[in-house]
Amino acid sequence: MRALTFAACVCFAGTAIAETPELTVYTYDSFVSDWGPGPAVEKAFEQTCACDLKFVGAGDGAALLSRIKLEGERTRADIVLGLDTSLTAAAAATGLFAPHTVSAEFDLPVSWADPVFVPYDWGYFAFVHNADLKAPANLRALGDSDLKIVIQDPRSSTPGLGLLMWVKAAYGDEAAAIWQGLADNIVTVTKGWSEAYGLFLEGEADMVLSYTTSPAYHLIAEDDTSKAAAAFDEGHYMQVEVAGKIAGTDQPELADQFLAFMVTDAFQSIIPTTNWMYPAVTPEDGLPAGFETLIQPQTALLIPAAEAEAVRDAALAEWLDILSR
Amino acid sequence: MAGHPQPLSPRPGIIAALSVLAVVLAAFGAVLWRAEPGGGPGPADWAALRFTVLQAVLSAVLSVALAIPVARAFARRRFPGRGTLITLLGAPFLLPVIVAILGLLAVFGRSGWLSALLGLAGLPPVQIYGLHGVVLAHVFFNLPLAVRLILQGWQAVPSERFRLAAQLGCGPREVWHLLEWPALRRALPGALAIVFAICLTSFAVALTLGGGPRATTLELAIYQAFRFDFDLGRAAMLSCIQVAVAGVAGLVALSTLPEGGFGAGLDRPVERWDGATPGARIIDALAIAAASLFLILPLAAVIAAGLPGIASLPPPVWRAAGVSVLVALASTVLLLSLALPLAATIAIRRRGWLESIGLLGLTASPLVIGTGLFLLINPLTDPFALALPVTAVVNAVMALPFALRALVPGMQDVLRGYGRLGLSLGMQGAGFWRLVVLPRLRPQIGFAAGLCAALSMGDLGVIALFADPERATLPLQVYRLMGAYRMQSAEAAALLLLVLAFGLFWLCDKGGRSGAEA
Repeated sequence: MRALTFAACVCFAGTAIAETPELTVYTYDSFVSDWGPGPAVEKAFEQTCACDLKFVGAGDGAALLSRIKLEGERTRADIVLGLDTSLTAAAAATGLFAPHTVSAEFDLPVSWADPVFVPYDWGYFAFVHNADLKAPANLRALGDSDLKIVIQDPRSSTPGLGLLMWVKAAYGDEAAAIWQGLADNIVTVTKGWSEAYGLFLEGEADMVLSYTTSPAYHLIAEDDTSKAAAAFDEGHYMQVEVAGKIAGTDQPELADQFLAFMVTDAFQSIIPTTNWMYPAVTPEDGLPAGFETLIQPQTALLIPAAEAEAVRDAALAEWLDILSR
Repeated sequence: MAGHPQPLSPRPGIIAALSVLAVVLAAFGAVLWRAEPGGGPGPADWAALRFTVLQAVLSAVLSVALAIPVARAFARRRFPGRGTLITLLGAPFLLPVIVAILGLLAVFGRSGWLSALLGLAGLPPVQIYGLHGVVLAHVFFNLPLAVRLILQGWQAVPSERFRLAAQLGCGPREVWHLLEWPALRRALPGALAIVFAICLTSFAVALTLGGGPRATTLELAIYQAFRFDFDLGRAAMLSCIQVAVAGVAGLVALSTLPEGGFGAGLDRPVERWDGATPGARIIDALAIAAASLFLILPLAAVIAAGLPGIASLPPPVWRAAGVSVLVALASTVLLLSLALPLAATIAIRRRGWLESIGLLGLTASPLVIGTGLFLLINPLTDPFALALPVTAVVNAVMALPFALRALVPGMQDVLRGYGRLGLSLGMQGAGFWRLVVLPRLRPQIGFAAGLCAALSMGDLGVIALFADPERATLPLQVYRLMGAYRMQSAEAAALLLLVLAFGLFWLCDKGGRSGAEA
């Protein structure tokens, strides 16, 4: 069908507006949801491109990569949006992605030089708690405390994997000791972020693994100042979310246009209050009021994408071993 | 029974069974074909298998054992609101997993109602996380189903038998030996097999209430293989193990089904003289009260959490509700057109393996089935355009075992009691269906249809693999609201889902039972 559309475009080029070209973007489910950035981004981009932007949702970031691998060369996607640095090396290794042409001044705590993937937002993982709780100063102190926490399973959840990398990046060979300390604080491990956050809101735990930006939702959308994120002095692990162009796309120019649009204010200003993350390029008007109240970690931790997969597998084995005892 | 002529042909049922088998095998085959050859199961997989089977056996045995006194109490008692209560107790079965977990934790969690009560008495909070928590949650989900299946077994005993027993001076003990136990023997194996099969594919419930990676089930391992390692071969292999375990359990359970029944009666209201003693009254009252409390308290928590947000539900939720109702109705129609002929064939041929085909759809990992169907559809057309029909088909296949368990015993009784009469009157095929089977099986058909509609409403299922913005179902919107921090709207949407699923169930179930005494 796409081939036909393309053929039609070629044949009737110059006669009239033959058919509106369609750009298909695969992304994670919460991006396309009615409450995510998807609808606003679609509207904003379609005003500039004379095209039809079509989002397709597929689980979360890791499920998204699985979907692309499953479809291989036949994929209908022109753009894949929503991978993070724990996945980009594996994604690039598929050979399905093409280098990008975007140049922008990124406002990331780390330098960015990936030739294939363009970042669109980022955030720090953090433990979120009720503001009246006296939070520990680091992961070691959390392990020594009696506080109860809920975390996500690294096998099924992005934040869950983030904590695994966090402990490894901050403590290296001592990671096992940190997990032993945390073992008796963990009330339970959930399949995804939603379950864990729901359990925390129901009062099942004192803290939940989430993002430093989570309190901003409660503050801005609900006018509720009762949630805070704990600042840990060993630093916070980062998540950088990126998009890339599929090499075999039949809309290469439109795809480039979308990636360039992605780092402009029109896209970036939608991110903070829909995806509840930091925009990769801070818009001219700055961040929404309320974001200035969030904690600013002193140290940003991030394991380079090339090492991520090896670290991940070793860290998972260690985690399973300690928490299964 | 296979020996003599029957008023119904076994052929349509065999075609139905083969269709189901074809869908499941094609999906499996597609995944295997795409997979690279991998190794066999490793130590972690065997550990997952052990835990999966352990929790499923415990959950099945406990659900069914606790269901016996409750079903017996409902069979012996008549009181105002009895029918409504039986229907209401079925609600936990219809809840989306995440909502049911939150409801259970509102009662049994660390800061739940029970812990608060214990706190008043100076006791520490309930420790819900662990194997016992997993089993508790599975009993919560499956007790109502087990009660209904057992109750249907007892209600198949004609009232004339109880009258005769009473005239002969039989006490509760003799009634148990002569009537109740033989009827129970026909209902128990199927109920055990089906609850076992449901618990076998548990993932989010087992992990969350199990308290961590100790509670890793096969389904989680499949999910990991697919999502984390992208090892399709491993995912397919683990799914095969899962199906094999369920298949063996199904065959063992269904092959122990005894022959024979109680014969036909005149459909007079059942009167249970054996339950008239004060002791029996107290036991029955306790059983009903305990089950009601256990099942209704978490539901009350779900309702209480959802009510505040229900008036301000955003429009996309209502749109999704409409989509879900349509999918549910389509999959119910499909289910009945598969289940009725298949039930007839099973009743005629008395082959346990035919019913095991029904179990396939339930125990094959939805992730593997969904991925397989995706691989099959993708080269032909846009899978997203077919998202809703595929969801309806998968939901119907998943509900098939429940429908068969509800329909087969009744079908056997009908053929045994009316088959020869029908033949002697020259009734065959469509005529026998219309004049005998459908009217006599109306309660069971209503129950099966209601169950399928409600399950289809509440199941997140394969739509999560095929999701695009315009075609969200209600369960998917509940998850999306939660993923967007909108807990109150999510809880309200969950309440809407509960009301709609329950409403569909109630309409079908009530429609089947109206005029009938049960």
